[in-house]
Amino acid sequence: MLETTAALGVPPFLTIANLCKEYPGSAPVIRDFSLSASTGEFVTLLGASGCGKSTLLALIAGLTPMSGGSILIDGRTPVQARQIMSFVFQDPTLLPWRTVTENVELMLELEGSPRASRAARSAAVLEFVGLGGVGTHYPRQLSGGMKMRVSIARALATTPRLLLMDEPFGALDEMTRNRLNEELLALRERQGWTTLFVTHSITEAVFLSDRIVLMGARPGRVLEEIRVPLPKRRSAALRSDPDFLHLVGQVSRALAEQGS
Amino acid sequence: MKSSSWRLPLVILGVLLLAWQGGVVGLQVPDYLLPGPLEIAGLIPARAADLASAALVTGGEALGGFLLSGLVGVAVGLFFSVSPLIRRSFYPYVVLLQTIPIIAISPLILLWLGNGSLSVLFISFLISVPAVIVNTTQGLISVERNLLNLFRLGNATVAATLFKLRLPHALPHVFVGLRIAAGASVVGALVGETFAGSSALGAGGLGYSSIYALSQLNTPYLFALILTSSLLGFVFFAVVTLLERRLVGPWHDSVLNDRVD
Repeated sequence: MLETTAALGVPPFLTIANLCKEYPGSAPVIRDFSLSASTGEFVTLLGASGCGKSTLLALIAGLTPMSGGSILIDGRTPVQARQIMSFVFQDPTLLPWRTVTENVELMLELEGSPRASRAARSAAVLEFVGLGGVGTHYPRQLSGGMKMRVSIARALATTPRLLLMDEPFGALDEMTRNRLNEELLALRERQGWTTLFVTHSITEAVFLSDRIVLMGARPGRVLEEIRVPLPKRRSAALRSDPDFLHLVGQVSRALAEQGS
Repeated sequence: MKSSSWRLPLVILGVLLLAWQGGVVGLQVPDYLLPGPLEIAGLIPARAADLASAALVTGGEALGGFLLSGLVGVAVGLFFSVSPLIRRSFYPYVVLLQTIPIIAISPLILLWLGNGSLSVLFISFLISVPAVIVNTTQGLISVERNLLNLFRLGNATVAATLFKLRLPHALPHVFVGLRIAAGASVVGALVGETFAGSSALGAGGLGYSSIYALSQLNTPYLFALILTSSLLGFVFFAVVTLLERRLVGPWHDSVLNDRVD
């Protein structure tokens, strides 16, 4: 599909060109960063902490101004594109005084969508992430993994075309993380948004991605792009597959070489 | 509250009262120095009307001071939350207000507002307002950065961010301030009355009556006034705590422990 769109001359869904970010009086955080992603692609940014991965997502979401270069999302600037993107933070960032349903409806509420359609949408999305029964609970009654699912449900409620995820499963235990990885892929299969995912877990990156972007630190830049030629449909069994393990090895070696 | 958690303190209270009564009778301590608990208890029904009207006067002044400090405290907190520059400029004065002994400036208040309930209310307000200001401000500015980012991503208006994020987040903090203010406003009213209370306005409140009882060496009545004052303080505290449970309890208090897994 990538080759076809390129051949037809269709511009990619997301284009980042020569992006720079620096704060006055200190070394640049990101320098000359370029990346593109086609519609529906799952791209993971992988790198040591401090390589500017999170800053990059903040720039794409228009949460912090860029110092140079350009970001275009479906032909729009980051701030213009907010209507078609959702952000999932490392913390679930739920409002503790709102029930699960009210949390899921928050972004729709801010958009000004009517109450009836909000209720229908939140019910559908909660069902979608497997939380059909907990709509009236408060966040503090939920486990860490369930809170994260609510956070994802909130992000999906606005039917985003771009999903920015900043180490969303970083604080969870490995078993929960694996299960949520599988769920995320299953959800994507049904809705097909474009994903930019930040992590420092190599196995998570290989399991989820169509493409992995290795990032170097100080300044943040692209070191290498690694395509993940695994089947689109992935299940837990893939983690013990020789091809998968081989790729994990390849990515860790690439990281180690680039790091030295 | 479990009944067993009340039992032991009640037993201790009983023992203390017995020892007190026994000591007063045995050592023949004169009434004006230290009356026994039985005597104080015996006095209360006879003077219940006086105690109630004094409690009503003081309660009214304290309630006025408390409500005013709630209103002004939250408003000032909102103003302070607007920018760090505002906080840096004005915060020292809140600290100053907290550190100045209000008793030291009460004569000035008397000079400006005159004797009576208005001065008392104002002293009660001055004592209770700093806690509300400090806690409200803290609550409003301590919102997590990513929650603010979430609202920015939703293109939220300033009003939406205030009413849907900052204020609900600040609510538990506001209540911390209000609980301190509830106790302080009663103390403020009692202290204020010892300065500004006046028999010209009727029987006067609990603070004024205490000074009067002292001048008459009516120590049993003084004790009854102390008991009534404590009860008044407790009522203020209890009402705020109940209100807090209603408004904040379901999502913030540790009342709720059931988790779904």
